[in-house]
Amino acid sequence: MSAMEPNHPHSESDVQAVVAGHAHAHAHDEDEHHHEETFITKYIFTQDHKMIAKQFLITAVFMGVIAMLMSVVFRLQLAWPGKSFPVLEAVLGKWAPGGVLDPNFYLALVTIHGTIMVFFVLTGGLSGTFSNLLIPLQLGARDMASGFLNMLSYWFFFASSTVMLFSVFIESGPASGGWTVYPPLSALEQAMPGSGLGMTLWLVSMSLFIVSSLLGSLNYIVTILNLRTKGMSMTRMPLTIWAFLVTAILGVLSFPVLFAAALLLIFDRSFGTSFYLSDIYIGGQALEHNGGSPILYEHLFWFLGHPEVYIVLLPALGITSEVIATNSRKPIFGYRAMIASILGIAFLSFIVWGHHMFITGMNPFLGSVFVFTTLLIAIPSAVKAFNYITTLWKGNIQFTPAMLFAIGLVSFFITGGVTGLILGDSALDINLHDTYFVVAHFHLVMGSATIFGMFSGVYHWFPKLFGKLMNKKMGYVHFWLTFIGAYGVFFPMHFLGMAGVPRRYYSNTEFPIFDNLVDINVMVTWFAILAATAQIIFLLNFFYSIFKGQKASQNPWKSNTLEWTTPVEHIHGNWPGAIPEVHRWAYDYSKPGMPDDFVSQTVPLTPEEEKEGAH
Amino acid sequence: MTFLILAVIVLFVIAGVRVMSIAALSAELRNRRQDDVVTDAENRNQGNFWALFVIGLFAFFAWQLYTYKDKLLPEAASAHGPKIDMLFNVTMALITIVFIGTHIVLAYQAYKHAGYKGKKAVYFAHSNKLEMIWTVIPAVVLTGLIAYGLTVWNEVIYPGAKEATVIELYSKQFDWTARYAGKDNVLGRSDYRSIGEGNDLGMLEDGKGDDDIIVKGEFHIVKDKPVLFKFRSRDVIHSAYMPHFRAQMNCVPGMETTFEFTPTITTAEMRQKLGNDKFNYVLLCNKICGAAHYNMQMDIIVETQEEHNKWLAEQKTWAQVRQPKTQTAEISNTPNTAPASGVDM
Repeated sequence: MSAMEPNHPHSESDVQAVVAGHAHAHAHDEDEHHHEETFITKYIFTQDHKMIAKQFLITAVFMGVIAMLMSVVFRLQLAWPGKSFPVLEAVLGKWAPGGVLDPNFYLALVTIHGTIMVFFVLTGGLSGTFSNLLIPLQLGARDMASGFLNMLSYWFFFASSTVMLFSVFIESGPASGGWTVYPPLSALEQAMPGSGLGMTLWLVSMSLFIVSSLLGSLNYIVTILNLRTKGMSMTRMPLTIWAFLVTAILGVLSFPVLFAAALLLIFDRSFGTSFYLSDIYIGGQALEHNGGSPILYEHLFWFLGHPEVYIVLLPALGITSEVIATNSRKPIFGYRAMIASILGIAFLSFIVWGHHMFITGMNPFLGSVFVFTTLLIAIPSAVKAFNYITTLWKGNIQFTPAMLFAIGLVSFFITGGVTGLILGDSALDINLHDTYFVVAHFHLVMGSATIFGMFSGVYHWFPKLFGKLMNKKMGYVHFWLTFIGAYGVFFPMHFLGMAGVPRRYYSNTEFPIFDNLVDINVMVTWFAILAATAQIIFLLNFFYSIFKGQKASQNPWKSNTLEWTTPVEHIHGNWPGAIPEVHRWAYDYSKPGMPDDFVSQTVPLTPEEEKEGAH
Repeated sequence: MTFLILAVIVLFVIAGVRVMSIAALSAELRNRRQDDVVTDAENRNQGNFWALFVIGLFAFFAWQLYTYKDKLLPEAASAHGPKIDMLFNVTMALITIVFIGTHIVLAYQAYKHAGYKGKKAVYFAHSNKLEMIWTVIPAVVLTGLIAYGLTVWNEVIYPGAKEATVIELYSKQFDWTARYAGKDNVLGRSDYRSIGEGNDLGMLEDGKGDDDIIVKGEFHIVKDKPVLFKFRSRDVIHSAYMPHFRAQMNCVPGMETTFEFTPTITTAEMRQKLGNDKFNYVLLCNKICGAAHYNMQMDIIVETQEEHNKWLAEQKTWAQVRQPKTQTAEISNTPNTAPASGVDM
């Protein structure tokens, strides 16, 4: 269709074609937008990217709350092992007899917490919300290349979320083998109750999720490559879009491999194949499976698993670039170096997966290769961190809540990132593998950093999502409590790891060598409770502001990018008139010789600028 | 009870919404509608908070270093352990410098450049020189780190000891079994299909296993004598983690993995060092394996050669403990066979 052609505002037919992606589009008048929308086409089976973004966001918020509550429950057990909390029995019933968490359900909680956070909040929630919202708006497109695929992407995500939540309520409990669900533990029902129906539902849910992710990613890539408005060259795109583009490419290349891994696991579980199984005697019986290897699963899983870290992180970094530049009132420092580092990280992310497998019995020489590639990732990461800091330098920093979260992300990115140099070093991984040191590392660099990127995006683009502003003061309180809480939870975990405490232990009481570490766990749990409580402030602010928040102006943060040239009220097709033309990059903040400290991308270059060769 | 909790949540939400609308109303009454832009005072405060926060973060870090230093793993008890610890300390020192340095700069920017009305930011979009600095310096440092790390890795993973004692560590949900190779230092063959009552490891009758010694609960190794561990698993993936020896390897069903190290401090010596006469080295499972994963352990006793010989002499060989039905010609030679439970707990 003609939407595959570059989208020029002057060509009326192209504009029509893009909008015609909507099934109900009829004789379309640029200035009047009174479509006969029913509740269902507007709010449920919508093909409008802005509404789909909201659907993703609200689903992710819901999933995030559940995953966070799960973490509070298992933190209670870790701090006060064996202590009875009657409230747990009231809520969890047979999974917490006498108010003490059941060991199997503890593992289930850890597993589902991880799965939801990694996939449903930080992948689906983050990319789904902000890629959908910002790609058309920041590129000057009327909508996604395919509104229909976009709608399907959300509904597959919804179905996947539903199945995952449903699996928590079945009698044998949800999947419990850790979020990586290594076979044979996850393949054999005899190994643990969660490997029965719960695991089947986990696989079904993840398969649906992968479909959703692929539909979304393909759409993002096509839209970015083909629907940029006139003048929006690749090197004028905001860094958010670069991040979304590379993220989508990573997703398209790696999620199918996870699908393959899941498919083979389904075969092993249900159809008697032996891809991952060999020489197993369990439940008083020698199994017939023979010749497979669980290591194959680990390779396939981590071939997705590692790029997945960057699928999660890159959009957050893109959002941060945008928010930090806008609120420092300065151009992002080293725009091209930022693009290069995104590409560098993305490339390297495909050749480092083996660092999750140093001590699986993989050939030690292979381990050496993965050490080399893994530590190299520190270079583009360092470039990004230093560029953020330099962007702040001599800025006129506006501490909006979004800005606080963005700077918070930089802090987490550094603190969590540097310990990667330890875990990526195979010799050191021997003693730290699967300890709390790993938990600390990835919760800071991937968990906290990314969720802060997501919060930053929510505060920053709330006016674009809902036409309202969130309450600033509550935003401040939310930020500081969450920031302190997250550091309080994850920083001490490094020390637990250095003391040799393994992760995924229901309790450390069986080992006298861990007896003196109880205090740390109690402190961590209190910080977790603090951080969880702080999210109530966010939720109140979020939902209250949607309905009763102060109405936002068109460009509240005085930003350059195109989304702030659209009207506050959402309209179908984004711009009431012709779509805007772009004349400059997105980062002309505080440019000398300009009347304001921001210059929208739609402002033509001045004669002086052209002489200087501005882009 | 569930109803009560729901009621509390609902009331809490209602209360929150009321508080917010009151706040919004009162702000409106005072005619101070919340502005889009951040005020100068707010910028100043947040800039200050950043400086305070980072100071607090450093204090928290220092406090933990000080308080937890006695709670961390003691001195490494294996020959390769100190090398790993040295690499760890060097890397840790390096990243601590990066962590502290960048956070000082970050907090300083936030503190120093907090915005105010009329302030003009500097238009500074790129500098190839700066980009070069923070590409090349990390690259050089990392090259050194990679070279150092790989040297240690190669020394640890290919120790090259000539005569290591072979011990099999056999894992299953949720315990460990150790098998010594006996006089011939060769482990008897085994097959998972032979597992049965009294034959937990699936030993085959090839004769080589007759001198093997199978123990549970604890296993003993000799100070300064290299041990080659061979790991097997019967059901799911486990991981043999011996933190005091800086040793870990996964146990994977369907394949054999190995790890070799030389213990250097006896249990008695370590007890003395730690002033704790109950201390024991442990082997624990460090790969999620099911409900009792958190309690899958075995004690490790490091002792002198004499003590070890004495202990070993007290153990029964496989030929002595295996069940009569699996025996052939040796029945008459070993009348005092073990009970049906096979190995001793």
